[in-house]
Amino acid sequence: MSQNDLPAIFRDFNPLEDKMLSLIDNDGHVINQKYMPALDDDVIVNAYKQMHYERIADEMAISYQRQGRMYTYTPNLGQEAIHIAAGMHIREEDWLVPAFREMGTLLAKGVTMKEMFLFYLGNEHGGSFLNANHTLPIAISIGTQLHHATGIGYSVKYRKRNEAVFTFIGDGGTSEGDFSEALNFAGVWQVPVVFTIQNNQYAISVPVRSQTKSVNLAVKSVAFGIPGIKVDGNDFFAMYLAYQTAAVYALSGKGPVLIEALTYRLGAHTTSDDPTKYRKKEEETEWGLTDPLMRLRRYMEKKGIWNIDVEKLTEEYKQEINGQFLEAEKNKGYPHDDMFDHMFTDMPDDLRRQRAQYEEFLSWKENRR
Amino acid sequence: MSVMTMVKAINNALDIKLKEDDGVVVYGEDVGVEGGVFRVTEGLQKKYGVERVFDSPLAESGIVGTALGMAVSGLRPIVELQFEGFTYPAFNQIASNVSRMQNRSRGKYTVPMVIRFPYGGGINALEHHSDSPEALYAHIPGLKVVIPSTPYDAKGLLISAIESNDPVVFMEPKRIYRAVKQEVPDEKYSLPLGKAKVIHDGSDVTVVAFGALIRECQKAIAMAEEAGISVELIDLRTIYPIDRETIRNSVRKTGRMVVVAEAHESFSVGSELIAIANEEAFLYLEAPPRRVMGFDTIVPLAQGEPYFIISPERIFYEIEKTFNF
Repeated sequence: MSQNDLPAIFRDFNPLEDKMLSLIDNDGHVINQKYMPALDDDVIVNAYKQMHYERIADEMAISYQRQGRMYTYTPNLGQEAIHIAAGMHIREEDWLVPAFREMGTLLAKGVTMKEMFLFYLGNEHGGSFLNANHTLPIAISIGTQLHHATGIGYSVKYRKRNEAVFTFIGDGGTSEGDFSEALNFAGVWQVPVVFTIQNNQYAISVPVRSQTKSVNLAVKSVAFGIPGIKVDGNDFFAMYLAYQTAAVYALSGKGPVLIEALTYRLGAHTTSDDPTKYRKKEEETEWGLTDPLMRLRRYMEKKGIWNIDVEKLTEEYKQEINGQFLEAEKNKGYPHDDMFDHMFTDMPDDLRRQRAQYEEFLSWKENRR
Repeated sequence: MSVMTMVKAINNALDIKLKEDDGVVVYGEDVGVEGGVFRVTEGLQKKYGVERVFDSPLAESGIVGTALGMAVSGLRPIVELQFEGFTYPAFNQIASNVSRMQNRSRGKYTVPMVIRFPYGGGINALEHHSDSPEALYAHIPGLKVVIPSTPYDAKGLLISAIESNDPVVFMEPKRIYRAVKQEVPDEKYSLPLGKAKVIHDGSDVTVVAFGALIRECQKAIAMAEEAGISVELIDLRTIYPIDRETIRNSVRKTGRMVVVAEAHESFSVGSELIAIANEEAFLYLEAPPRRVMGFDTIVPLAQGEPYFIISPERIFYEIEKTFNF
């Protein structure tokens, strides 16, 4: 990889110098006109709406969980700019290999909230994302998904298909061996994979300073000979540019890219987590000032393109999302066959025997009433 | 027909599948230029190119995890892990993802991949080169586990494993990689997964074994027959799914069972076979089923290994004891 082959942002925001790509400030002022992507107004409005949708859906999911109507949920609050900017650059034929906190990106790929809810209601059919092309299920085993993305990258390259692979990991995940292995394999194989680290500052309760002595996480790309960049993950325009550049780079056959998206998990790790145990209110307040929705809105207001009636939009989204939740909630049927049916493409006799023995018990139980 | 060792037969199976299916790729540590430390993949890179047969970076989790990615995106990867003792870094990928992706995605993705590795003791090796971890893998729901005992079986079973749309762990008994030669058809053939084979009929005692221990059992059977004991020998061939029917029929006939395997005895395939004998043939049993298996110890280095390795004499001793119970 010669420096000259690199897109300019990778040179101008060198992670070795701990530089960060950021285009608008917290008040929505443009701070780097040179790199500001020229987007049509309606594209920006639409991006804001998608971020708003993710946030409303997220808040409602937390609320359903609190009402005891849904099981453990992993909130996305505060990380919407990353998810929506990524989603805008992942085409139908591109691959999405998620971790578990990329809801907006999954929605952009064609996953529905009904499916998300069904998954968090404890049904695998929700998590299969059946109608989202080239989208793997959520990966809960930290870091393992990066290898799957790299392997898919190999397939794509081997078959000479014009597809890129987008995969995600958190800051804590970068301590896993699979993170380093996957960047290494992807570098050696020169596969079209865009790796994103969502550095939201915490792995459950452990802050990023307890994960690494590296100056930042993007710098880890240097050791593997692949381009890396640290990006302001709460700045929609910076994330947009990063993904636009990375997608072009990956599809040009030059190999993988690592993006560190610096953000903050405004919510809890999951609905079972209590952040007051490990972080201060002041810290949350301070990061709250960088809220990606607020920043984008201020930019739009300054530019005179803010025409969204938030209250009305919120009401509209709430109704639509609630409708999807009710649909998911209606799905009470989980036939016991489901447990056996998808283990193998041809069911072994031992599974048939176990199922038959269980069915014998069920009919005994039925007759006993 | 050609006379082949197991190494040659496996190489031949890979060759056939590489030739007929351009979705097949073969990789792992040293498998490309060198042809693998046991030369199982020798000559294949030259024949099929570096895109299809290649050396990977040295990281087992990466080898297996990337293969899963290839499998869900339309390829049929066959990966080699160099020794069974080096499969453990890949254990997380195997147990957390390879075995689960089909179920997790409710069949949206299938995982047609094969993980090959040599296993077992008896070659005076360093540590981590003498283990028999078949039970570890057979215990994971969603995997098939296959162990051949002859060159002929190795070729036919590997072809089935590659053609399976489910992930297969293919364990190769390294002690008999080159020790046995056999006439093997040059053309393609396959043997069904999940089917054991009765390789010696008998009426007094059923011996169940697999892999390198089949040869030792055959020597023990010759000793038993001299002593007037008729032994039926079953080669399991597939560990999971296990062939209950063949075990059931044999144990109901003989009323006695001895399991022979090199893995640690406790919580082993031997334990599973005894459970099957009890579940399927309890009222036919004339003697408690026994295990002739590895101790629950680390396999010793070369000087101590003879204590651990199961000899034909020891197998005969247990057969006779079971017969005279």
